[in-house]
Formats: sequence, structure tokens, C-alpha cells
Amino acid sequence: MAEDERADEPLLIVEDLEKHYPIAGGMFGREAGAVHAVDGVSFTLDTGETLGLVGESGCGKSTLATSLLGLEVPTGGSVRFDGRDVTGLSGQARRRFRREAQLVFQDPDSSFDPRMTVGESVTEPLRIHGLADRDRRREVGIDIIETVGLTAADFDRYPHEFSGGQRQRLALARALVVNPRLLVADEPVSALDASVQSEILALLADLQAELGLAVLFISHDLSVVRAVCDRVAVMYLGEIVEVGPTASVFEAPGHPYTEALLSAIPEPVPGRPDDAVRLGGAVPDATNPPPGCRFHTRCPAVIQPEGVDVDQQTWRRILDARDRLVDGRFEVAGLQERGSGTSLEATIRSELDVPDRVDDPDLDRAMERAVDALAERDPGRAAQELAAAFETPCERAEPEPQPVGADHEAACLLHSPGAKSGRLDREGGFVWEGDRRA
Amino acid sequence: MTDPLLRVDGLTTHFHTDEGTVRAVDGVSFDVAAGETVAIVGESGSGKTVAAESITRLVDTPPGEIVDGRVTFGGRDLTTLSDRELEGVRGAEIAHVFQNPQDTLNPVYRVGTQIAEVLRIHGGVSRAEARRRAVTMLDRVGIPDPASRVDDYPHELSGGMKQRVVLAMALVAEPDLLIADEPTTALDVTVQAGILDLLAELQEDLGMGVLFVTHDLGVVAQVADRVVVLYAGKVMERGDVHEIFESPAHPYTRALLQCLPGRGERGGSIGGELPDPNDPPPGCRFAPRCPYAVDDCRAGGQPAAHPVDGDRTHVASCVFHGPGQDRSRLEAPVDWTGGQRARSQSEDADG
Repeated sequence: MAEDERADEPLLIVEDLEKHYPIAGGMFGREAGAVHAVDGVSFTLDTGETLGLVGESGCGKSTLATSLLGLEVPTGGSVRFDGRDVTGLSGQARRRFRREAQLVFQDPDSSFDPRMTVGESVTEPLRIHGLADRDRRREVGIDIIETVGLTAADFDRYPHEFSGGQRQRLALARALVVNPRLLVADEPVSALDASVQSEILALLADLQAELGLAVLFISHDLSVVRAVCDRVAVMYLGEIVEVGPTASVFEAPGHPYTEALLSAIPEPVPGRPDDAVRLGGAVPDATNPPPGCRFHTRCPAVIQPEGVDVDQQTWRRILDARDRLVDGRFEVAGLQERGSGTSLEATIRSELDVPDRVDDPDLDRAMERAVDALAERDPGRAAQELAAAFETPCERAEPEPQPVGADHEAACLLHSPGAKSGRLDREGGFVWEGDRRA
Repeated sequence: MTDPLLRVDGLTTHFHTDEGTVRAVDGVSFDVAAGETVAIVGESGSGKTVAAESITRLVDTPPGEIVDGRVTFGGRDLTTLSDRELEGVRGAEIAHVFQNPQDTLNPVYRVGTQIAEVLRIHGGVSRAEARRRAVTMLDRVGIPDPASRVDDYPHELSGGMKQRVVLAMALVAEPDLLIADEPTTALDVTVQAGILDLLAELQEDLGMGVLFVTHDLGVVAQVADRVVVLYAGKVMERGDVHEIFESPAHPYTRALLQCLPGRGERGGSIGGELPDPNDPPPGCRFAPRCPYAVDDCRAGGQPAAHPVDGDRTHVASCVFHGPGQDRSRLEAPVDWTGGQRARSQSEDADG
């Protein structure tokens, strides 16, 4: 055994993990594309550590969990656990990994059969993993049920006799009964009330300290993640865009997406000025993720090309208008009628949500040509005009993770060597540090 | 003082089940003025949704039954209106938005048709006019390119966009009161922020009252003017949003605020369980879990809504706020965890 080599390697190393789901299309069900649910994700997790994984619904958090546990077969990348590659295991080795890495779901009811006593359910994994002795199973089961804060007498009760919080305790007991080393908790407290949430989170922290577990804590609730995690990874559209120590990520986020996400949490303080960054647009389709940085279609800090220097909010709005035209999401029919009195050109600009003038002569002319094209009901030409004139470096280069603090990385071009830097402001705009326009 | 837009007085809604009578809402009173937002907060099982749905009698009867109380709206008692009269109120004067947009939207109709339908039922407007106003409304709730989106089916929209459509349906008839039951709970925070902005904007434009039902205290702090704290079917505390967050009077409200992640080292918790709704405790509903409880708390029904520090707008249903009581006893440090965590810790200590 290469114990020594493993000694300084983290318990879990995920490298370029990828899970694509093919989409059948056309008459003969050929593969027409793929949903890039998880698209090249890398991170590490060590014994005794809790890593939070956050992101909006549909970003691939849960798929990441099931793929790294081998419950779904990843389409690429590798997962190393305790020094061994666990992707594509079979037989004995696969069973062992399945025992050492356990999953807890949001809905505790999915872990229990209503017709079985909770004791039978909690000890079922022991039976599956070969502990045939019934009395011994009961002994171990009672022990773990007590560890999660219930009593020996609860062993013979049925799931419906317990509250939601108690069932989540029992689900934890079921996961922990086989002595795992890694626990993946997928939204473990999202279905619970706040008063019960904090109880379960405290229990999780106790258990982790006691058992030295590595925990991957998946949640869309950032305040919960802040309360329990040592490090946080932020996922957007199948990729990790930022990872770092919890305090560092929450206090000095390096990626504009993280910043927007954090600022959107409503704080339980009445009368506090709302300084949330508002993200426009929707999360793009994971079948066809945007090129370059995947967040560039919504990013308030989307970079202007060399030599261009217009108001940042105007720049964002122009790119939105460009994308609408390129995607054919602009209705030219009926423009005249919708305008009610203003000139056709003013109506077009107002519907495109672009200003009357762009503070850059070349860009202003391009915008004028696009508006003229729309006035002549030629959205295709308008799209071409804007696409040719307005380009952001963010759509050309895929950003590599860059250090933004101690053990803290963010994949954003703003942090690439030589890039100008800045911060989001309260109005959802972006202030360059050492602002040249000031 | 002028009459509020909505006054709920002693509202009592029971459910008759095989196991007995569930007193889901048990003598709840509050009011909502035009232009203001009142938040009903409570954990699951507090009765907040049943209270909100009882206002326009959306509670299924049977098993539900509004057994007592008055709901005064526009000079009428809604609990005594005929079904037909109530139909005219729902949607036109009082609109509901629910947590899950799928519950409101019909998957087989275009969203524009569904918005226009509200107007056709209540406003008697022409088909073309209704469609025109549907497009305007979609624009107002921030749906890009409303002229083409009006012909989309619900499944073609994201969750946030669907909830915007639901808001458009609720608001197209310009109701006086909007009852929003966890309208953003199913949405991501980024989407939630946009919907809450929109709600505030539309409320200002239309001057409507909003009754906002939620368990999320962060959202409450952001949207509410006044707060009603509900527990096990009873109002524990009522007051201005600042009073509730900055000087909570009822031990339950304090416990709830302590449970917020990030407050204190690892967030507090309340030991014990909600009382059995078939057989509530004889005194204060919170007494069995309250570390301050004394004998007076365990008998004689839910305490009256006592003014807090002589303030009539801030009331707490707690014996310690009654006349002649020593409120300083509520300042004593206590162990909130009680119940299960205490048990597991003592066992750990034993072992």
C-alpha cells in the first residue's frame, strides 16, 4: 500500500469532471446535442472539512453530486478518493466506495419506507454491506440513533411518528451507520423550518468534528452555507467560477456572479438600503452554453474591448440589445403602432433599451446603422451591424482560475494578469478601480 | 382613524379530520391598510397559509370550516357573502399569488390568453382590448419582448418568468388587495430580488395593500411595513417591522430571530416540537417550548394581546406583558435548545 504517498493528498480530488446528457433529435432519434450539466469541474475536499457548493437551480450542483459518487456515470474527468481513482469501479471496490461515500437528500422521506421501522431503515445499509447478525445491527443502529439525538426506543417506531426535523436526523443516521468518510449532503435542510434547520446544522457540525467526516454541502441557501462551511465553491452553468475560504468568498468575492448572488440575499434587517446587484436575463440554455465566460451574457462587469470606454451600464445594455437581435428576439412588426407619437427611431431605441447616443463615435455610428436597418425592417442586417461593432473579450476567451486571495480563486478575466480591475457598485454598474473617467 | 382596507377579526378556521378537529387558525386578528405591506410570518404548521386563504374562503370545505370571526373588506363581511358575490371579489378586488406558479397557470393555454381571461371575466372588455392590456401587463412585470411572449405557453418560460406571468394575472384587474403566499420561496435569490422589486414598484403605482405570507425573515425585513407573528394558529406578536426585528417582545419571536443563520456562533434553535393541533396546550401555545414559562402561561388560554411598553400598535400575546407583570424576567439568559439537543449532549456527557 502506498500509504505514504497518500498521506498529504486530500481525501477527495475531483478533476475535470464532466457529465453531458445527450439529446435525441430529428426523425431517427440521432444525438442532436447535449446538455452540459457538469462541464469540467475540479476541486478537492479533505477529511474534517466542509465544502459548500452553491449556485442557482439548474447550475449542475446535484448532477455533480451524483456523478462524483458514481450514481451516474460521468462522461469525462476523474474522481480520486483516498488515493484511488473511483470512476468506473466495479465489484468489491465499488461497494467499498459506496460505503465510504454517503449521500443525504433534501427530502428525508425518500430515505424511508413508511412500512419499515426507522430502525430497520437506518440499519438497512449495514445489511446490504454484509452485516448479517441482526442483534449486532440493532446494537449499531441504536447507537447511531442516539448519536443523532434520538432515543433507543425510537428504533422500533415508524417514520410517520416523527417530525420533519427528526426524520432528517434519522436520514443522517442512515448515512452514517456504515462509518463513511465522505458525506455528500444535497440541500439537507432546505425543506425544514429555520428553527429546525439550525438544529440539524449544529448536529452535522458535531458529527463532523466527532467522526472527522469530509462533507460536501450542496445548497442554494447562501446564509446556511456561510454558517456551516469552511470553503465555498460557486457554480454557474456547469462550471465552478470561484472557490475559496468561506469568509474570503463572502467578504471579498472575486467573481461578479458570486457578488451578484451574495448581494441578492435579503438581510433580516429592516430599513437597510437594498444594494442588491440585479442580474438581467435568464440563465442560458445548458445545451448551448455561451462561448468564453459563460456568465458574460448577464455580467454587469462584462469587459469593454481595448480602446472602448463608455458608461458600463450602457455597455451592458448595448450587448443585451445585440444578443436580442442576434437571437431573433426582437419584434419589428408593429413597431410604428407601438411608438405612440414618437419618431420610429426613438421607438426602436426605447424598445431595444439603448441610449440616443453612444459616447464613442465609431460605436455610435454602428448603433445608428443598426437602428436604420430596423427602421427598414431588416433585423438581420441590424444584428450584423451590432455583432461586428460590439464585442467583449469575455466571449472570446474562456477565463482560467486566477488567485484572488489566500487559497481563493476566481475564473474571471478581470483577474487575469494585466487586466484592469474594479468592483460592482450599488446601482448594478461597475466602477473601475482608479477610474479613468472620474 | 379611517377604516383599514382589510380587517380580520377573531378569524377561526378549523379542519374536521378523522383524528379530531384541527384548530389551524384560532382567533386571529390583524388589518391591512391601502398601500401598505403586512407580513404574516410563521413556521410550517403555524396556520399562516390557512389564515390567508380563509380571507376569500379558498379553504376547501369540507374538511375546512371558518367557524368564527369576521373579514371586513370594502364595508362587507366576506365570511357571509354568497359564493357568487365572492367570485366577484376574487381576482377583481382581492388577488392571490401562490408559491408555485404551476398551480395557477394552465399548461394548455397561452399566457396572454390566461391574463386576458381575468379581464374578460371581471371587466367585460373586448377580446382585442384584453389582449392589448395583457401585453402591457407583461411589459410591466418585466417580461422582455412582451408582444411575442404573450403567445408563449407556460412551459416555454423559466420559473422566474412564470411567477412574473402569475403576478401579471393577479394585477391586471388592478386589485385593491394582493395576498401573496410565499411568492418567491421557490425561486433563486437572484430571481427573488427582481420579483420583490417588481412587487414594490407595482404596489406603489396601484396603491394596493399587500398581505405577504412567508417564513423568510430576510424577505419580511425587506418588504413589510408591519408584521404578524403566527404560531400554532395564534398571533404571538404584532407590530411595526422595526419593532419586531429590533425589540421583539414575545419569547417566540425572539427565538425565531435567533434561529437566523449567522446570528450568534452557529445559530440558535428551539427545542421541542409544535403542539398537537388536535389537542393544543391549555395556556399559551408556545408555553411547552418556552424557557420563561411560568404556571400562569400553562392555563387560561392564549394570553390577551397586551400592548408592549404602552404602545397600542405593538402587541404581544404573552403574560409577561400583561398589566403589573415583571417584564425584566424576559431578559434572563436561558438555554433555548432544551429538548433534543440537550438530551443528546447529556448522553454524550454520560458516555
